[in-house]
Amino acid sequence: MIYLDLFLGFLKVGCFAFGGAYAAIPLIRDVVLSYGWVTDETLTYMIAVSEMTPGPIMVNLATYVGRSQAGFTGAFVATFAVVFPAFLIMLLCMFVFNSLMKNRCFNSVISTLKPCVTGLILAVGIVMTAEAFFDLKGEGGFDPKALFITVLLAAAAFLPPVFGKKKISPIMLIVVSAVLGVVVF
Amino acid sequence: MRILFDLFITFVKIGFFTFGGGYAMLSVIEDNCVEKKKWITHDDMMNVTVIAESTPGPIAINCATFIGYRQAGILGSIAATVGIVFPSFAVILIISGFLDNFLEIEVVKNAFRGIKCAVGILIISAAVNMIKNMKKKPLPVAVLILSALAMLAIDIFSLGFSAITIIVFAAILGLAVFAVKGKKSEKI
Repeated sequence: MIYLDLFLGFLKVGCFAFGGAYAAIPLIRDVVLSYGWVTDETLTYMIAVSEMTPGPIMVNLATYVGRSQAGFTGAFVATFAVVFPAFLIMLLCMFVFNSLMKNRCFNSVISTLKPCVTGLILAVGIVMTAEAFFDLKGEGGFDPKALFITVLLAAAAFLPPVFGKKKISPIMLIVVSAVLGVVVF
Repeated sequence: MRILFDLFITFVKIGFFTFGGGYAMLSVIEDNCVEKKKWITHDDMMNVTVIAESTPGPIAINCATFIGYRQAGILGSIAATVGIVFPSFAVILIISGFLDNFLEIEVVKNAFRGIKCAVGILIISAAVNMIKNMKKKPLPVAVLILSALAMLAIDIFSLGFSAITIIVFAAILGLAVFAVKGKKSEKI
């Protein structure tokens, strides 16, 4: 049943997505692709739309995927499932808040989880950047125009801080990329 | 009852006016709940950020639940959490309704091909920020590199593992480190 699948799939995302929105993207990708709900292509659009619309990206994606599979109820079920673990775990944390912050076992687990999550995010970022101009899994199709845009955007995203300038905001980068897309393609 | 309504409205506002995900949201939450409403102190905000980062789920949800609970118990936490989710839910529901057809238009299609190039870069840039704030000790650095390589391998060769497997391994490693260091009774 699709509602149950959506609920369990996004409950899994909600339970294991440590470290914020970008950490959740590898998980959401896993779940969504393994159920065959949307293609990698569509998911990329969905991530972009979630970036551009207000609110936590994870919630946006859950609503989006849920709606695409089973309408309003699907959206509701997926959103509830992704939010519920965070809500529940936070409530439990409130009861043991002070002792938890001093617990060395807890701190030790956190100290390996943080770099692990960072590594996952980095890997997914690299794969998704590469897939924008190079077909990794298929025939190895290569798109020079997309590479051109990617290089420009990467320069805009990573160079300003090197020269001590203020970082370009994610929203700005997306707007610029959309304009470049219309101009170049 | 008033406080519940106030919590709900404040978090709807926070949810509605923050783009770009959790990290962008933290500063808005601080501005509203610490500076303006004085619902929690600056120290509380720091602690809740640490907990939010180390517990699963969207960071903004963790913050809303925490602040809501502090103000009005379980009902308060529900009011705040529903409040922060509501704008995302409503906006996506409306947008996704016409986005499917929207993507057939040539200009929109090209714009999204451009955006596709940006999303990967944004994710890398989030990782770079996290690396900057990380302790550069051997163990975390090794975990980071191994996790990244494992994830790359899974993706490129379409292996039957998932990101969750890697996360569980990292957590077990953290427990193992604690077990070893705990016996030596040294501080971490």
